[in-house]
Amino acid sequence: MMNASTSIKRASFATTNAVFIGRSIRHSLRNVEALIMAIMLPVMLMLLFTYVFGGSIDPTGNYVNYVVPGIILLCAGFGSSSTAVDVSMDMTNGIVDRFRTMPIQSMSVVTGHVVASLARNLFATGVVVGVALLVGFKPSASLLEWLAAIGIIALFILSFTWLFAAIGLMAGSPSSASAYGFILLFLPYLSSAFVPTDNMPSWLQGIANHQPITPVIETIRGLLTGTPILNSGWFAIGWCLFIVLISLIWCNWAFQRKTARR
Amino acid sequence: MSKLAIETIGLRKKFGNQVVLDGIDMQVPAGTIYALLGPNGAGKTTLIHILSTLYDQDDGIVKIAGYDLATDKDMVRQSISLTGQFAAVDEVLTGEENLRMLCRLSGLTAAESRSRTEELLRHFDLAAAAKKRVKTYSGGMRRRLDIAISLVVKRPILFLDEPTTGLDTISRRSLWQIILQLKEQGITVFLTTQYLEEADQLADIITVIDSGRVVATGTAKSLKSSIGGEVIEIRNEKDEIVRTAATSGTLLDMNQALNELTQSLSPTMRVSIRKPSMDDVFIALTSQEMERAPS
Repeated sequence: MMNASTSIKRASFATTNAVFIGRSIRHSLRNVEALIMAIMLPVMLMLLFTYVFGGSIDPTGNYVNYVVPGIILLCAGFGSSSTAVDVSMDMTNGIVDRFRTMPIQSMSVVTGHVVASLARNLFATGVVVGVALLVGFKPSASLLEWLAAIGIIALFILSFTWLFAAIGLMAGSPSSASAYGFILLFLPYLSSAFVPTDNMPSWLQGIANHQPITPVIETIRGLLTGTPILNSGWFAIGWCLFIVLISLIWCNWAFQRKTARR
Repeated sequence: MSKLAIETIGLRKKFGNQVVLDGIDMQVPAGTIYALLGPNGAGKTTLIHILSTLYDQDDGIVKIAGYDLATDKDMVRQSISLTGQFAAVDEVLTGEENLRMLCRLSGLTAAESRSRTEELLRHFDLAAAAKKRVKTYSGGMRRRLDIAISLVVKRPILFLDEPTTGLDTISRRSLWQIILQLKEQGITVFLTTQYLEEADQLADIITVIDSGRVVATGTAKSLKSSIGGEVIEIRNEKDEIVRTAATSGTLLDMNQALNELTQSLSPTMRVSIRKPSMDDVFIALTSQEMERAPS
């Protein structure tokens, strides 16, 4: 009745990751509130910035072309922040203990959440672009520029998701994970996402021009609508890779620490 | 010489300044059900977490299935599975998906995972709920799923941390049957419990720990006889027990005990005599230990 296989087998690294990615994607699809939010937020923000704020910020009606990259990043930041909660939940409810007593690379449980976040947020990006096109967005990008823009967006989502994953690992509970993550969501407002930084007070310009969101925004905007990119592209890639690297180190450290104590 | 599934020598663990395990020596023969008993905070869960590789010990030697925990963690992990105190199941997934996930993580192929999952669902009486999310499961179903997950691949040693806490009587008894069946298959079951009856019914060997130290080890029978021969119970008119007294069981000792009881209690109260229970053992052993501790 219970003829379990006794031969010692091991799940490969690829299988382990595939299993955890599948798990996290199922989680994403079954979290109905989060899914509705992931679709509604881009739609509402797009409409809000185009019809409510847009006229005052740029009376020529051209604001939609300016604001699309900002809304993409705002949504991506918001969407990836739920990774902190997902990771924290796994760390506190005992399931990670089971994975850790198995002969597998248990950090992959975090990788699963990161990949699911990437998929979720690329989808949200698609929604933003779709709504933007409906309300008058006129991108000038070639296919290659579109691909490059998607690449930069994906890199940005990955970097922020890893960062949120690290926050989730550090936090003592899912609700504190959510609170810490919240701070990061203000970064897009202090950048060139919604208004050019030129009109900000000079001290704020210093912050806005030297934080990671601004070069990412400028790069996406340049690729999609043909504004000058200058060296923003390299800064964008550099910032994102830097954040990924730091977050990975932080995640590994936090994962070991979390699991060594208690 | 019988093989040892688990052996610890001088196992110590501190969290900050708090000594949780203060030199635990244990020998768990392979193929037995071994119960760890102790009051809350005695260090049961910490001990099971160290044995199942979740925490490192500060000091002492631990051997699991012959592998040294300090140097061979990976081989230890291939020899054990853990069912923790809080059901470590994924609530968002269905029972079937939970099992299949763990099958795949244990190195089974997709086809093997499917058939093994089906087999376990049937065996643990979860087939009807296979496609339902675990969120909707009762406590007993969760536990059964949790244990089923631990048995996805047959590991020689299974750790169960308070497997029946919070379950109703029927679920508890069905879980006991499952645990006894595991033993029949040659699996060593190391469990912690707060329920003395559980240790009494299931375990071949019981170890009682208190404040991080082993206070007694033996079979249920030997532990019971170690605290005396017979227990006198005095009941009032409403059949409530008003006093108990442990005696060695000799005529002299009992006579003396009854004399003392007669002086302080109403002479119309009723007397009965019984063998010591695990409760008596537990109270005697753990309170002795408390008296010894400096106050």
